Amino acid sequence: MKLYFKYVGMLLKSQMQYKASFIMTALGQFLVSFTAFLGVYFMFSRFHSVNGFALSEILICFSVMLMAFSVTECFVRGFDVFPRLIQSGNLDRILVRPRNEIFQVLTSNIDFSRVGRLLQSILMLAYAVPASGIVWTFDKIMTVVFMLMGGMAVFASLFVLYAGISFFTIEGLEFMNIFTDGSREFGKYPLSIYGEGVLKFFTYVIPIALFQYYPFLYLIDRSEDIGLIFLPLLGFVFMIPCYCFFRFGLRKYKSTGS
Amino acid sequence: MKKYLSFFKIRLIAGLQYRAAAWAGIATQFAWGGMTILMFWAFYHNGENSFPMTFPELSSYIWMQQSFLAMFMTWFYDNEIFENITSGNIAYELCRPCDIYAIWFTKNMAVRLSRMMLRCLPILLVAAFLPAPFNITLPSDWLSGVLFLVSVILGFLVLISFSMLIYISAFYTISPMGIRILATSVTEFFAGAIIPIPFFPEALQPIMYALPFASMQNAPFLIYTGHISGIDALQSIALQIFWFAALLAVGRLLMKRALRKVVVQGG
Amino acid sequence: MIELKNISKTFKVAKRNAGFSEVLKALFKKEYEYVKALQNVSFKIDDGEMVGYIGPNGAGKSSTIKIMSGILTPDGGECVIDGLTPWKDRISHVQNIGVVFGQRSQLWWDVPVIDSFELIREIYKVDDSRYKKNLSQLTELLNIGEIVKTPARQLSLGQRMRCEIAASLLHSPKLLFLDEPTIGLDAVSKIAVREFIKTINRENKTTVILTTHDMQDIEALTKRILLIGKGRILLDGSLSDLKERGSAHKTITIDYSGDKLPNLDHMTVSKDIGGHAEIIIDTEQVTASQAVSYISSKVEVKDISVMGESVDEIVASLYKEFEI
Repeated sequence: MKLYFKYVGMLLKSQMQYKASFIMTALGQFLVSFTAFLGVYFMFSRFHSVNGFALSEILICFSVMLMAFSVTECFVRGFDVFPRLIQSGNLDRILVRPRNEIFQVLTSNIDFSRVGRLLQSILMLAYAVPASGIVWTFDKIMTVVFMLMGGMAVFASLFVLYAGISFFTIEGLEFMNIFTDGSREFGKYPLSIYGEGVLKFFTYVIPIALFQYYPFLYLIDRSEDIGLIFLPLLGFVFMIPCYCFFRFGLRKYKSTGS
Repeated sequence: MKKYLSFFKIRLIAGLQYRAAAWAGIATQFAWGGMTILMFWAFYHNGENSFPMTFPELSSYIWMQQSFLAMFMTWFYDNEIFENITSGNIAYELCRPCDIYAIWFTKNMAVRLSRMMLRCLPILLVAAFLPAPFNITLPSDWLSGVLFLVSVILGFLVLISFSMLIYISAFYTISPMGIRILATSVTEFFAGAIIPIPFFPEALQPIMYALPFASMQNAPFLIYTGHISGIDALQSIALQIFWFAALLAVGRLLMKRALRKVVVQGG
Repeated sequence: MIELKNISKTFKVAKRNAGFSEVLKALFKKEYEYVKALQNVSFKIDDGEMVGYIGPNGAGKSSTIKIMSGILTPDGGECVIDGLTPWKDRISHVQNIGVVFGQRSQLWWDVPVIDSFELIREIYKVDDSRYKKNLSQLTELLNIGEIVKTPARQLSLGQRMRCEIAASLLHSPKLLFLDEPTIGLDAVSKIAVREFIKTINRENKTTVILTTHDMQDIEALTKRILLIGKGRILLDGSLSDLKERGSAHKTITIDYSGDKLPNLDHMTVSKDIGGHAEIIIDTEQVTASQAVSYISSKVEVKDISVMGESVDEIVASLYKEFEI
């Protein structure tokens, strides 16, 4: 853990060497998610609600999604840019060091400029918390906390899975964007609006709805089921197959060296 | 001209090598398009009367957007060009008897076209056989078809001449990556890539249509779907020509000045 | 001690064809071919040895190094380094090795070199007293005391390489792999790096395995040479063994008065441009001094020099001999 903070300090120091660039990139990150917000806002100024959800409710969903995503993207960036680690040969460097590989990949890259995206999600949440009309009792607060935790777990798993696939194909990786960037983009709205099939897919295959849709129902009093509070924590179970797949890919890398 | 053509061909063939990328791209874009249409479908159910396009028009728009994504994607920039500028290697390119602006322009066109060529048809084909109103339909008459073809080429040229400005900005700034992400988010938004321009508030629309960003993907796709037709379509095309000429002129001028700076300072 | 026994490795490589129609075909079907990177590679290296590992590109050098450093798992054969199998006991094995990849950096680009050193120290869990001792030895020998406070990106290639080598030795590894450590360096830095490698091998008894294309490195550093080609060990011996394997030819270059050389017995005139000529002699038939006096008796010599084959040429001719 001490070593981890050493790495964090080092990476922060590195990135602060280029302050202008850092600020511009963070600003850009903010603007990208701000335009996404404007898109939602314009849709609601035209239609007022979708499937009975109001804008202030949707914004809770959106901000939790974006927050979980941006935090994960910041700290799990090493897996997000893993193909570069392979191509540059720096994975070999990792393998000749006496530390766990996962730990070293995590510390190979932390992208602090994602703070721009995080800022946007905080602003939205700050607006939506009072505006949504939710009575913030302890269980509701815990639900949001669990939603964030579950979201980070699922996104982290997706990045690890992404890195695992890059051992097999670099070119074909693009399709993983459906799950990472796609979840962020389409998770702006509760997944039920896309219809039954999509909701099922994002429940049983890629467990996005576990931390996005179901606990959200409890949050806005559409459901009384207390079990929904804890549903997001199932996201941690998703880590297991993704981690195993990454190990499998790493073994393949060690046997082919490519 | 011939050398630019052969340069174009090399880039094109290189781009076509990536078959796995093409399949992955097709799958991604298909899923992306589908999800977008389902989202609009939810809103359509919510308030049919507030919907600014007919639903088939919207479906066609989204599928066109996905099929031609590689051509109109706003976030794609060639890192080689940025590196050339920031590292000062541009000085070597100056030694070649070619026009750098034209080379970069060709390079960008070729990369985008090669990606689009592999992906466009499969997406269009599958999207055509989807059940109505989620499918893509042909333009209502042959005139719209012709106008679309003209407009799509112009839109492509407008987009690339705009991205040339971003490349050139790297001569003047210490943070091309920052400029790039700022430019991307603005372009994406105003071009109608996040939501189509007809979905913007009515008050904003006249300004949006006048901006160069609306002359990129918005114009050809709205002409294709029939949302814009007749005299309006011709007007959009005229505006596209204007923006292409203007961006080209500004880009060339800035490039000339930037290169003069490079020569004087020796990179 | 390092011992490799019958190490083999085969790679599957996708074929890429040129041409438009081929590209389209490749969209649907990919063809593969199998490349035998290593075939029954066996050798032993004792503690404290310094070994030059040479061979042309693609001969299997880097595959062997990767296997020995635990990055690559072979298809068959055994490799035991200090009682450990690298790819099975990766973490405990790599604690004892240092690796310098000449073309890649392990230093953090934007922070002072000393910060990188500190972090590497944490990674290898080097205790305080040992770290201080190693750091002072390394900074002194490599003469980097001044530059460790500079960010790596501001260093020259020679300075950076010296820091890279120091970074690989902070945890006092018993075994050091150097992959082209002098590539791209200027003459002064090259000599400094070579001197350092000699010292570290002599004083700390570090086993050094060096891969290089630079024959001067080999001549300056190693007594023992392993030559690999097409995945097989072709030669395992000393530099003089290598020289013996080379052909027994010497080249005599002369400036003479006149415009054409007369016929010379047992010698081949490889170049004669009137007044300047190169003559190749076979030392099994005639010695160099015999040849010089013989030539002097035939023409009026203004200037003369005799050159043996360089290691470069020997290796090139060996490559040719083994058809690699």
